[in-house]
Amino acid sequence: MKINLLYFASLKETLNCDQEILELDKDIDTIQDLKTFLVQRGGVWKSSFLANNALLASVNHQMANEQTSIHDQDEVAFFPPVTGG
Amino acid sequence: MLISVQQQDFEVNKIIDQLTQGRSDIGAIVTFTGLVRDLSKEKDLVAMDLEHYPGMTEKSLKSLAESALKKWQIKDLAIIHRVGRLHPTENIVMVVTISAHRKQAFDACEYLMDYLKTQAPFWKKEITRDGEHWVAAKQSDLKATSRWEK
Repeated sequence: MKINLLYFASLKETLNCDQEILELDKDIDTIQDLKTFLVQRGGVWKSSFLANNALLASVNHQMANEQTSIHDQDEVAFFPPVTGG
Repeated sequence: MLISVQQQDFEVNKIIDQLTQGRSDIGAIVTFTGLVRDLSKEKDLVAMDLEHYPGMTEKSLKSLAESALKKWQIKDLAIIHRVGRLHPTENIVMVVTISAHRKQAFDACEYLMDYLKTQAPFWKKEITRDGEHWVAAKQSDLKATSRWEK
């Protein structure tokens, strides 16, 4: 399965990455699984995605939670709490 | 309904005209305008960078607007939010609500701002003379949102 993965704001700067196309194994079904996968990259990925409860996620422009499922061709994004207005 | 995420500035009166043109059922117009402020003693804020998530931000504002139109007896509304590099005293955001009576317009305007601040994907970064830093989300903003859920 292939997904388009985006990062925003401070997370984007920490990871030094704003977007990537990821080819994922079949066993990655949810946001939680995806985070676990990213943690395995180590370094700033580990510190950004491991036990970071403040981090928000969206799937196809809808806010998501740990249990939200991910499908082929989805647009997934991770970002810090929002501060607009 | 008027929703816009834009770099350019907006004019409050023009937006009000757009919303109220040709209507005679409007007894109340409430507007909120948020500005870039510098509360530091040394006045060292140089600029504010507003980042957003193109596509999701617009959808999120539209769904917020739809929920306000359902929840309050308002006739129409506008949400305009600027992005990109802004400077102290410049406009950031404007919310306008129009209704027959003031109470609904006041409440809907506050509701929209409270939710916008905690739900819409925008992020502020302050550029000061000493460097740059991302603005942290405020607990008080989350609290302001939760009062509408009671």
